[in-house]
Amino acid sequence: MPLTEQTRVQAREIIARYPQARSALLPMLHLVQSEEGYVTSEGVALCAEELGLTKAEVGAVATFYTMYKRRPTGDYLVSVCTNTLCGVLGGDEIFATLSEHLGVGHNETSEDGTVTLEHAECLAACDFAPVLTVNYELYDNQTVESAVDVVRRLQTGELPLPTRGAPLCTFREIERLLAGFADPRPDAVAGGTTGEPTLAGLRLAEERGESAPAYPTTSAGGQ
Amino acid sequence: MPLTPVLTKRWGEPESWTLSTYERTEGYQGLRKALQMEPDAVIALVKDAGLRGRGGAGFPTGMKWGFIPQGTEGQAAKPHYVVVNADEGEPGTCKDFPLMMADPHSLIEGIVIAAYAVRCHHAFVYVRGEMVHARRRLDAAVAEARGAGYLGSNILGTGFDLEITLHSGAGAYICGEETALLDSLEGFRGQPRLRPPFPATHGLYAAPTVINNVETIATVPFILLGGAEWFTSMGTEKSPGPKIFCLSGHVARPGQYEVPLGTTLRELLDIAGGLREGSELKFWTPGGSSTPFLTAEHLDAPLDFEGMVAAGSLLGTAALMIFDQNTCIVRAALRFNEFYAHESCGKCTPCREGTYWMTQILQRLESGSGTAEDIDTLLDTCDNIFGRAFCALGDGATSPIVSSIEYFRDEYVEHYERGCCPFATDLTLAAAR
Repeated sequence: MPLTEQTRVQAREIIARYPQARSALLPMLHLVQSEEGYVTSEGVALCAEELGLTKAEVGAVATFYTMYKRRPTGDYLVSVCTNTLCGVLGGDEIFATLSEHLGVGHNETSEDGTVTLEHAECLAACDFAPVLTVNYELYDNQTVESAVDVVRRLQTGELPLPTRGAPLCTFREIERLLAGFADPRPDAVAGGTTGEPTLAGLRLAEERGESAPAYPTTSAGGQ
Repeated sequence: MPLTPVLTKRWGEPESWTLSTYERTEGYQGLRKALQMEPDAVIALVKDAGLRGRGGAGFPTGMKWGFIPQGTEGQAAKPHYVVVNADEGEPGTCKDFPLMMADPHSLIEGIVIAAYAVRCHHAFVYVRGEMVHARRRLDAAVAEARGAGYLGSNILGTGFDLEITLHSGAGAYICGEETALLDSLEGFRGQPRLRPPFPATHGLYAAPTVINNVETIATVPFILLGGAEWFTSMGTEKSPGPKIFCLSGHVARPGQYEVPLGTTLRELLDIAGGLREGSELKFWTPGGSSTPFLTAEHLDAPLDFEGMVAAGSLLGTAALMIFDQNTCIVRAALRFNEFYAHESCGKCTPCREGTYWMTQILQRLESGSGTAEDIDTLLDTCDNIFGRAFCALGDGATSPIVSSIEYFRDEYVEHYERGCCPFATDLTLAAAR
């Protein structure tokens, strides 16, 4: 899909958010992915032209960051955390099983083009380990069986709901959010649950009748 | 030691991320108070509260704000920036992500207060790219706050102006390092800068810049409401206040627990229901994988900045990863090292080359084909990385290796004496990668 004049207009919208134009490069590369599904050479050229950089300068940035993909990405990017903690708690088995199920390795896309698989570093969801994400939406407390089920459903187009996150959209659509264009779906912001581990300490404090000390009644705050 | 939910206290409210919930639960009251104070008085209050950075280093926040040059001459005349480090990625750390999802307005309120204090009119939140749901909630919260007059021009009729730009990263752990974050925010590869000059005088666009972690900034509104004395009534003298601890791994109830700094792991585990059935504590990290492993002998060490240094580790991000007796120490060290090798930005030779070669050595050791000399080579390599790189990533990479050899050398030896991993399963690392 060729980039359009509208892409340029949106790129300029991004540039306008920053005191210095070059700050827009990361979101602009996300914008390119939202149109192309990966960072194409056409996308690199567009960024270079709009920012007055060389293509080499843009390429040097694009290749530094894991989320910029150098090959076409499926509609659904499945990232399995295989850092130590998730790995030990089952993430390694989940990755190996999904890899076998899809017949692909790290950073490869299934033959039907729907699912790209990758192993990810710590996804900041360790209290829900082991976790995976689909287009960066969280699927918590996974098992080998539940993970295979998620991927099977992705392949049939029946999109499983994430535990913490909005209903799934495509990889390109999520890249628009990363480019700084808010999710237009009315149900997106409220999507997902908070999750028991997030509330574990709070609930326990309520059970035990514990809290932080009350604020002093006389005016605090150094006025 | 009681649980002291402060930052976490709204998280269970229905639609906790909305402005209406936030305003109903004392939201933006701290800001109203701050805006009636002189900016310098706000800085003084945060100094008096003794708030220390929650991103890992524990630097005093008020002092950091005080370093921003004020006036009309030289650097002071340039625009001032507040940049929030929301690039949470230290293995084991999972507090800022739920905070931004459950209570994004507390971060925004903290930003407005910080910006008012240091006289900044454009703030940035560098959100880890992968955290799309946090980004969504922040997008909505910024829009709501602007609509209600908490952001934009003439905030609450005081004449103070502030814009917040949300900025998503693109998958690079190194961008959690503050100067790499600035380079990334300026549109470059995220590589650390040489210091000095420090960001306080030459930060974003070489202008005076405050960079604070999400939890640090989100703590500020509560200090405005409760005051310095209230804040210091929790925690220890040098590490005051409540802190969110991220408990994960082989524990019965993993999750976020907010307790005063200085609580011990034994106390925390007692509260949280201990380890999983059948699990015994083998090793743990106090603040993510960059902080040296500790063992059961450190259960009574206070979890604060001083206590963890005394125990031979660091408080870091207060990410308590708990591993039981069935975890292979060499596998753990290897996997963490692979992480650092992947995330090393490549700028400094000791870090870039060291993490690469240590992966080769650890793989050999883990598979049982290593030698006694390999252990010495690892320690020697760590010695050559530590303190010899621009940023702390290299130092952090040595933590799992040096500490695991210190406490579990016998297990390394057992690997090469047996010629295999004593915990071996069918699933080798090679298959997983």
